[in-house]
Amino acid sequence: MKLRLRVWRQKNADAPGAMVTYEVDGISRDMSFLEMLDTLNEELILRGEEPVAFDHDCREGICGACSLVINGDAHGPERTTTCQLHMRSFEDGDTIDVEPWRASAFPVVKDLVVDRSAFDRIIQAGGYISVPTGSAPEAHATPVPKADADAAFEHAECIGCGACVAACPNGSAMLFTSAKINHLNVLPQGGPERETRVLDMVAAMDEEGFGGCTLTGECATACPKGIPLPSITTMNREWLRATRKVKR
Amino acid sequence: MTRTLWGSTVGKKTVMAVTGLIMLGYLVVHMLGNLKIFFGSDEFNGYAHWLRTLGEPFLHYEWALWIVRVVLLAAVVLHGVSAYQLSRRDIRARPSKYVHKRRRASYATRTMRWGGIILGLFIVWHLLDLTTLTVNENAQPGRPYENVVATFSTPYGNAVYLTAMLALGLHIRHGFWSAAQTLGAGSVRRDRALKTAANGLALVLTVGFISVPVAVMTGVVS
Amino acid sequence: MSYTNYETGAPIADTKAPDGPIADRWDRRRFEAKLVNPANRRKHTVIVVGTGLAGGSAGATLAEQGYHVVQFCYQDSPRRAHSIAAQGGINAAKNYRNDGDSIHRLFYDTVKGGDFRARESNVHRLAQISVEIIDQCVAQGVPFAREYGGLLDTRSFGGVQVSRTFYARGQTGQQLLLGAYQALSRQIAAGNVEMHPRTEMLDLVVVDGRARGIVARDLITGRIDTYFADAVVLATGGYGNVFYLSTNAMNSNATAVWRAHRRGAYFANPCFTQIHPTCIPRTGDHQSKLTLMSESLRNDGRIWVPKAQGDTRPANEIPEDERDYYLERIYPSFGNLVPRDIASRAAKNVCDEGRGVGPGGQGVYLDFADAIRRMGRDKVEEKYGNLFDMYERITAENPYEVPMRIYPAVHYTMGGLWVDYDLQTSVPGLFAIGEANFSDHGANRLGASALMQGLADGYFVLPSTINDYLARHPHAEAVDAEHPAVVEALAETEDRLSLLLSVDGDRTPDSFHREIGELMWEFCGMARTDAGLRKALDRIPQIREEFWRRIKVPGTGEEFNQSLEKANRIVDYLELAELMCLDALHRSESCGGHFREESQTADGEAERRDGEFSYAAAWEFTGTGAAPVLHKEDLVFDYVHPTQRSYA
Repeated sequence: MKLRLRVWRQKNADAPGAMVTYEVDGISRDMSFLEMLDTLNEELILRGEEPVAFDHDCREGICGACSLVINGDAHGPERTTTCQLHMRSFEDGDTIDVEPWRASAFPVVKDLVVDRSAFDRIIQAGGYISVPTGSAPEAHATPVPKADADAAFEHAECIGCGACVAACPNGSAMLFTSAKINHLNVLPQGGPERETRVLDMVAAMDEEGFGGCTLTGECATACPKGIPLPSITTMNREWLRATRKVKR
Repeated sequence: MTRTLWGSTVGKKTVMAVTGLIMLGYLVVHMLGNLKIFFGSDEFNGYAHWLRTLGEPFLHYEWALWIVRVVLLAAVVLHGVSAYQLSRRDIRARPSKYVHKRRRASYATRTMRWGGIILGLFIVWHLLDLTTLTVNENAQPGRPYENVVATFSTPYGNAVYLTAMLALGLHIRHGFWSAAQTLGAGSVRRDRALKTAANGLALVLTVGFISVPVAVMTGVVS
Repeated sequence: MSYTNYETGAPIADTKAPDGPIADRWDRRRFEAKLVNPANRRKHTVIVVGTGLAGGSAGATLAEQGYHVVQFCYQDSPRRAHSIAAQGGINAAKNYRNDGDSIHRLFYDTVKGGDFRARESNVHRLAQISVEIIDQCVAQGVPFAREYGGLLDTRSFGGVQVSRTFYARGQTGQQLLLGAYQALSRQIAAGNVEMHPRTEMLDLVVVDGRARGIVARDLITGRIDTYFADAVVLATGGYGNVFYLSTNAMNSNATAVWRAHRRGAYFANPCFTQIHPTCIPRTGDHQSKLTLMSESLRNDGRIWVPKAQGDTRPANEIPEDERDYYLERIYPSFGNLVPRDIASRAAKNVCDEGRGVGPGGQGVYLDFADAIRRMGRDKVEEKYGNLFDMYERITAENPYEVPMRIYPAVHYTMGGLWVDYDLQTSVPGLFAIGEANFSDHGANRLGASALMQGLADGYFVLPSTINDYLARHPHAEAVDAEHPAVVEALAETEDRLSLLLSVDGDRTPDSFHREIGELMWEFCGMARTDAGLRKALDRIPQIREEFWRRIKVPGTGEEFNQSLEKANRIVDYLELAELMCLDALHRSESCGGHFREESQTADGEAERRDGEFSYAAAWEFTGTGAAPVLHKEDLVFDYVHPTQRSYA
C-alpha cells in the first residue's frame, strides 16, 4: 500500500505545531498502525530527519499508552486501541490525518505525545481503597454478589488512555472518572469511602481543567474498552447522594 | 452543599437539570393553556383572567402569577448562567480543534448551545410581544386572544415563533434525557423509556405550540 | 583474554535464610531481622525503580510503613507498567476448592516446575505468602471472578491438578496492577512517595561499597540527574526484549539491571528464558512485537502441521490423513497439554523440517474444528470468545472457520540479578524484586506464578527484609554530590549519550536491535548448541563494534528523544546478550527453559545433570567484552527431591 500521511509535528510543549505531509510506500495490510509509523520513522532517521514521537508500549491493547487521533477519531476507525488497529482498515492511496489528543488538560509534549498526568492526579484524589498492606481480612470474609463483582470489573477495565477526553468536544474526563468511582463504589470494600471518593475525585477532575459533560456520548463511542455512557449517570447519582450526606 | 453544587461542574449541571425540568413543567401547562384558543376568544380570555385570580382568596390578585414568574425568572437565570459558565469552561478545555473534522453526536446534542441562545432571545421577544405588549403594534391590554391573532398575522411573528419552537423541540429532545442522566435517573434498562419520553415531550410541545400560529395562518383561529 | 575463558571465583552463598524446618524459616527471619523505629523511618529514603506489580506494591508498602520513597518509571504513568498485560491469573494456596491444595503442594509444584534450579527457602516463603496476597488484593477492590454465592472462583492453570489460580477474566495482571497503582497513588497523594514518571534510570551510584542512588534521565527535558537514598530497589522487570521480538512491552528494557550488574551486582542464570508456545506468529519483517494467546487454548485446540514439506494448500483443504498432530503422536499421554518448553520446542522442530505454515513457514495450526464439533460453537465461544476476537483483530482470520496459527515467542526471563533471601543483591543496599531478580522460578516458571512472585516480593518480602539493612546502617551520611563515584557515574552516562548522538552513522537503532534479536533467537532461543552459542559469541562483539561505528541517532540529548532512549537500551542488550550466550554455553545440561541439544535423552527429552549443575550461576562483571567471573551458589534440596521430568 502507498499512503499519504498528514502528521502533527510539534517540537516541544512551547513550540507551535503544524501538519506535515509524508508519503509512505510498501505498507503491508497486516501491519499495525504503529508499525506503519515505525516504517515511516526508520525512513526519517535515515534521511536525517527527526522521527515522529508517539506514545506506545505494550502494543497489545492494555497499557493505554498509545493515543492517536486518526482521521478525526480517537484511536482511529475501529473500536480498539491504536496499537490494535491494522492497516487493512485503510485503502491503498488513502490520505490519513494523525493528530495528538486535544485537550487543555493534556498538553502536547512533542508531536503526538501528550501529558496525561492529570488522570493520575484524579486517581490520587480518591481512586483507591485505603487498606495498608497486611491489614486485609481473609478474602472470603466479605462475599460479593456476582453481579456487583461483574459490574466492578466492567468499569475496572478502563486503561486510562484518555480517548474519552480526546473525543469529547468539551474535553471532559467524566467517563474516566466515573469508571474508577463505579469500580470501587459498587464493591462492599469500597463502601467506607464511598462519599468522599466521589466528591474528591470530581473536584480533582474539575481542578485539572477538564470540561463539563454535555452527554454527547462521544466518549463512550471512542472508548476502546467499552466503558458505557450510563457509567456517567451512575457517578452523577453517587455524587448527588454524597452531596446530601456529607457536610462540607 | 450549595457551595459544592455551584462549585462543581456536576453541581452546575444539576442546577441546569432541575431548572430545565421546572421550565419544562411550566411549558407543558403553558402549551395546554394555549390550546384553549381553539375554543374561541371568550374562553381563552376568560382563562387568561382566571390565571390572575388563581389562589384567591388566599392569595391576592395576580400573586400566584407573580410567584410563577419569579420562580421562572430564577430558573431561566440559573439555567442561563450555568450554561454560560459551563460552556466557557468547555471551550477552554478544548482550545484547539482537530484538523480532520468529523461529526457524530446527534443534531439535537450539537445545537444545545445555539438552541439555548435562540430560546433566550425568544423569551425576551415573547414577553415584549404578548406580556408587556411593547412590540405588539395592534396590542389591546386584557385581550390576549386578539393579541395572539395579531402576532401571528405578521410573517415575521410567525417566522420568529416557528424557529423558536423548532429550537425548543430539539432542546427538549436532548435536554430532558440529559437532565435525567445528570440527576442520576438513567440506567441501561431505562434508557429506551427515557429517550422515548424525551422525543415524545419534544414532539408534543412543539406540535402543541405550533398549532396556534398554524391555526391563525390557516384561518381556523381569527 | 577471550570472553569464553571465564574463571570460577569463590562460591556464593545465601547467608540470610535461616535453617531449621522450612515452614518456620520466614517467621524466624522476620523475627531475627532488625527493625527501624517507626519514628525514624521517615528519615530514610528508599529509591524504587519501576512501578509494576513488584515496584508498585513495594513503593506503596514502604511508604505506608513510614519511609520516604522516591520512585521512578519510564512510562508516562505508573499505571502502564507491563505487568498490566498478564492475562492468566495468580496462584495462591488457599485450598478454597478443598481439592488437596496446600502451601506445601504449591511449594512442591513450583520447585519441580522450575526443574530444580530454585532455592527451596525462597519458594516455600512464596507459597506461604501467596494466601496473604489474595486477601490484600480483594480488600483493595481487585474484581476477581466470583461464583454466584459471592465467593472467589478459581481455575486450574498450566497443567496442575488443583484449582488454585485466581483470575479476573483474561486481565488478571491489569486488575492486580491497578490495585497496586491505586495503593501507590494514595501514598503519592499523602506525600510519602515522590513519583517521577517518564524518568529512566541509566546508572547506579555506589558509594563506599553501598548502593546510594541512581542516575536518571528525565525523558521529556533530557536532563540527567542524580538521586540519592539509603537503599535502592530495582523492580524493572525482565530482559526478554534482548530478543527484539517478545511479548514484552516495546520499551521494557534491561538497562537498570545491566547497569547495576556493571556496578557490581551479580547476574544469575541469564540463559533461563521462557518461551511461550501459543503466540500469534509474525506476519513479516515489519513485526514489532508478539502477542500472547492464553495457553488455556491448548485445553481444547489440537495442534498440527501438514505431513508434507512445503504444503501450501489452505488448512481446510488438507485431508485428515495428511495432517500430523505431532504432539499427540509424540506425547500420547499428555498430547497437546505438554509443558510450555516441550510444546515450544516441538513447534520449532516441525518448522525447521519445512512443515511450518503461514507467512515464512513460522507457525503451526491450533485447530478448534473438533472442539466445535464436540461442544458446539456456542460453548467454544463462551470459553474462548475474547481470545478468538483478539486473534481475529490481529490476523483478520476467523478462528471458528480456519485453524489459528501459533508460534512460540519469548515471554519471561527467569534469570536476573542474584539476590539473597532478603532480596538483596551482591551490592549492599541494592535490592531486586519481581522479574528483575533471579530467585523463585528456577529454570522454568509455572503459569500464574509471575504475578504471585511480583506481589509477594513487593507487598510482603522486601518491606520486611529491607528494615534489617536500614536498621544496620542507621545514620548514613548524606551523599556528597561531589563524591568521585557520583561524578564518575554521571559523567559516564552523559558521555555515553553524547557518543551515541555524535556517531551519526547510517543504521537506525531498530536495525541493530533486530539484528541482535535475530541472532539470539537463532542461537540462544528454544534449542541451544555449543557450536551455535560459540558462533553467537563470535558475532556479538562484531555487532557491538559496528554499532558504535554506524549508529545514527537524530536530535539532541536535551529533548524528548525516543531514538536516543532506544539506542541507549541497545548498548546494554549488546552486552547482556553476550553474557546470556556464555551462561547458556557453560551450562551444558538441559533444564527448564534452557535446552541444550547435546543433553537430551534417547527420546529427545531434556536431560538435567544435577551432579554438575545443581547450582545457580552468578556472574560478576569485569569489563565490556572481558570474561566475567562465575560464582556458584549450590542448591540444596531437603524437601523436594530432584526427579527427571517425563511426559512421554
